[in-house]
Amino acid sequence: MAIAEDAGARAAPREQTVRRPNRLLRNLWPKFALLPMIATAVVVFLGGTLWTVVYSFTSSGLLPRRNWVGLDQYDRLWSTTKWIVSIQNLALYGVFSLVFTLVIGFTLAALLDRKVRGEDVFRTIFLYPFALSFIVTGLVWQWILNPDFGIQGVVREWGWESFTFNPLNDPDIVMFGLLIAGLWQGTGLIMCIMLAGLRGIDDDIWKATRVDGIPTWKTYVQVIIPMMRPVFVTAVVLIASGIIKLYDLVVAQTSGGPGISSEVPAKYVMVSMFGAQNLGQGFAASTMMLLSVVIILIPWAYLEFGGRRRV
Amino acid sequence: MTMTADPQSRPADRTAASGGHSVEIRDLDLQFGAVKVLQKLNLDVHEGEFLVLLGSSGCGKSTLLNCIAGLLEPTDGQIFIKGRNVTWEEPSNRGIGMVFQSYALYPQMSVRGNLSFGLKNARFSRDEIERRVSRAAEILQIQPLLDRKPGALSGGQRQRVAIGRALVRDVDVFLFDEPLSNLDAKLRADLRVELKRLHSRLRNTMIYVTHDQVEAMTLADRIAIMKGGEIMQLASPDEIYNRPKNRYVADFIGSPSMNFLEGQLQGETFRKDDLSLPMVGYDWASRPQGERGAIVGIRPEHVITGELVAGAPVRAEVVADVVEPMGSDTLVWGTLGGEAFRIRMDGNARVKEGDRLPIGIDPSRASLFDSRTELRL
Amino acid sequence: MSDIGMLNTVKAAEDPVRRVLDGPRGARPKRTFSRTNIFLYGTLIVVALYYLLPLYVMLVTSVKGMPEIRAGNVFAPPLEITFQPWVKAWAEACTGVNCEGLSRGFWNSVRILIPSVLLSISIALVSGYTLSKWKFKGSEVFFTILIVGAFIPYQVMLYPIVIILRDVGNFLGVQLFGSLTGLVLVHSVFGMPILTLLFRNYFASIPEELFKAARVDGAGFWGILFRIMLPMSLPILVVAIILQVTGIWNDFLFGVVYTRADSYPMTVQLNNIVNSVQGIKEYNVNMAATLLTGLVPLFVYFVSGKLFVRGIAAGAVKG
Repeated sequence: MAIAEDAGARAAPREQTVRRPNRLLRNLWPKFALLPMIATAVVVFLGGTLWTVVYSFTSSGLLPRRNWVGLDQYDRLWSTTKWIVSIQNLALYGVFSLVFTLVIGFTLAALLDRKVRGEDVFRTIFLYPFALSFIVTGLVWQWILNPDFGIQGVVREWGWESFTFNPLNDPDIVMFGLLIAGLWQGTGLIMCIMLAGLRGIDDDIWKATRVDGIPTWKTYVQVIIPMMRPVFVTAVVLIASGIIKLYDLVVAQTSGGPGISSEVPAKYVMVSMFGAQNLGQGFAASTMMLLSVVIILIPWAYLEFGGRRRV
Repeated sequence: MTMTADPQSRPADRTAASGGHSVEIRDLDLQFGAVKVLQKLNLDVHEGEFLVLLGSSGCGKSTLLNCIAGLLEPTDGQIFIKGRNVTWEEPSNRGIGMVFQSYALYPQMSVRGNLSFGLKNARFSRDEIERRVSRAAEILQIQPLLDRKPGALSGGQRQRVAIGRALVRDVDVFLFDEPLSNLDAKLRADLRVELKRLHSRLRNTMIYVTHDQVEAMTLADRIAIMKGGEIMQLASPDEIYNRPKNRYVADFIGSPSMNFLEGQLQGETFRKDDLSLPMVGYDWASRPQGERGAIVGIRPEHVITGELVAGAPVRAEVVADVVEPMGSDTLVWGTLGGEAFRIRMDGNARVKEGDRLPIGIDPSRASLFDSRTELRL
Repeated sequence: MSDIGMLNTVKAAEDPVRRVLDGPRGARPKRTFSRTNIFLYGTLIVVALYYLLPLYVMLVTSVKGMPEIRAGNVFAPPLEITFQPWVKAWAEACTGVNCEGLSRGFWNSVRILIPSVLLSISIALVSGYTLSKWKFKGSEVFFTILIVGAFIPYQVMLYPIVIILRDVGNFLGVQLFGSLTGLVLVHSVFGMPILTLLFRNYFASIPEELFKAARVDGAGFWGILFRIMLPMSLPILVVAIILQVTGIWNDFLFGVVYTRADSYPMTVQLNNIVNSVQGIKEYNVNMAATLLTGLVPLFVYFVSGKLFVRGIAAGAVKG
């Protein structure tokens, strides 16, 4: 195509080209506006995490110091009974919490999804514990599980004198005492997510299974649950990340007792860092927590985003 | 290199350059990563012209419009509006107004607020804003709607307000990005006529993106047909319809689309099986002689049927496969020489499936393309 | 549960979550008194009673006198209602040698809550807006780091933040570590991933053409934010506020790490009161204190109703 011949009313020559202005200086506001986020991401999240990992290889005590000791802190960590117990407790709590939260959450959601009258009321009741803090949750269940005045006391009052249910003072079942409280607090959320998942399933699926004469329970097991795979993945990640962070509830309900029978890793970190002035142990323990998150998250991220590009 | 155009040169000198170029695009390139959306694109839009950018989705027509508006930064190339280089200018400083497919009205503002938002940003006086808003409202007949929120308007009214928002800016160049696509068929036809009326009243340069060839044919002074980030043909609707520059354009324009027959060109005669078309009106002198592969394109509505067949220069026979009566006319799907062949006949034509239909072809209304380059010969 | 999962809840459930409120989809129960229906409602009512039990226990215990508590059990309704435990919990309960009651923790929490909510939402609003409408080369990289960072257990970042607060505080000549200001900053930092994601996704759902139209109309970065985007963002702002009010109010970990005894938020003080080893246990005062601490989020929950459901679906509430 021919370049235009006349310059019109302009004195400036037509063929003038204007070079691209400096990319960095153009639109400065967006860059400026994102500074807090960039600082948070780079300094706190990335920098802080790397700092902790690096200092877990030092013998830091009261203050962080750069005396490299290799894996000593990790050796000590894994030979400390309290840490081993913490890990075992978390594993126990984790498995039961994951299974029960999923089962209860899904069941409640499925029940609510059956055109129940007063669905709003039920949903409000199942979800309200989630608005409460773990401290409040822990304290109220500490009181309900009180051996003298709580559940055990009531059942004995009814005449079953030998009834024993005293989880908060029984090292063998103390984690179940925490589990009861944790489930009470957290199942509402999973129920809501499951309910959202159920509502996301096309009504035609239900019509089709009814036409085919498939019983309701079978529809749930063979059609609905497989269709809700992404919802279950979300729920599992949600529950798992909550489990690893388990701390407030333990502090409020049992303080790690009786003895060390309800200690958890997050509490071990806190005590090492801010109680026992043993920073190195705290850093090593928190790095182990980080590692466990990575182990959980990588397969999930692979499943979620593997092969696909994130938009 | 310096930029000498002064920023004061906006709408003031509208008449000065009349007859000249309003928008010029030089060697425009745009890449998203490795994807080339626009390639070395050149385009001149005349002052006061209604130019339609037409193409299927993904051809780059909206991208080009967004580049002109300054909403997308080109990778390379220059854009001039009224002779001023605006390649790196902010959209609001380019002397353009834009109308979007989804209307893009600010939902929380009244119609008046929508119309005056840009003027307020440009710090116009309150009197001037009032004057321009009422003028635009008068032109578009939306005075009664001025205090309503967009949510309370119908689709057609919303699009009028969106046009008004471009109108109040009092600019030289209007950009339309598929403005009628969200409307139903009847409203679309009404607004199309109104747009045409608006253009003849205002005589602004209008650049209009659409994938609808009816809109393109009816509105445009010139149509630019785009494909793969390049302009395939830039010409008047009549030229594009009758003398498509290549097979793509020929295929794209017209509904149902053109019939193509692949065969051989021997001298000045196209041959396929026992069909031979003497091609008249082509500039044979400057072409290499001898036998070569060619494609002849015949529009379904140019196929001669009925009593006129007897007088046609070339005659053939088509077996009707499917017949679609459409009221105003009848479409016949058949085969000719082993290739699909469509014929548009009169609505009263009585054709049954399986009928052997005598047809006539007028080679002067057919188009001839090279079978390798697919360019018009 | 934590805000980790919320991130992907947002992704997975932001749309569907509205469907929670759409009404049920499952098979319709046939007759009112069918066997299925009795089973269905029976189960739901029993479970509902179980979920309500702790609230009931807190309430009745908090209005009983100590002699009555020692004579009965946690579930027994009060014979004689007294508000003395509430008064004591609010004004007299002791943590260590300090006997000012929970009121101090309450006001500390309020003083933490208000600036934290404002600051965290402002930063996230601007960041989310920038990320959705003014992307530039590299902006997504930082956002990815931010989101990945939200999955990291807070314990890993606790100590580095102590150092940052101390050093920045020293540099500026103000006390950040151990002060309410420091805690406000920490809440803003940890609220950022979920809130930024929330706003980014919301703004991304606002048609691109609206943004383009505003640019043609000459509005700039802040003009588009304040005059076009913000007036359209009321619902998402309410969701963010619900999220932050409950999350920050319920926080324990950051409160205990980044504040000192005199500036402890309510949750930390509550725990210290109830789990203090000195003195005799006053269960009624403890439960009154517990209920008092839970009142703010419960109030938010019951008032916001369906928006809360959207909020947790858009991101689980706790941080």
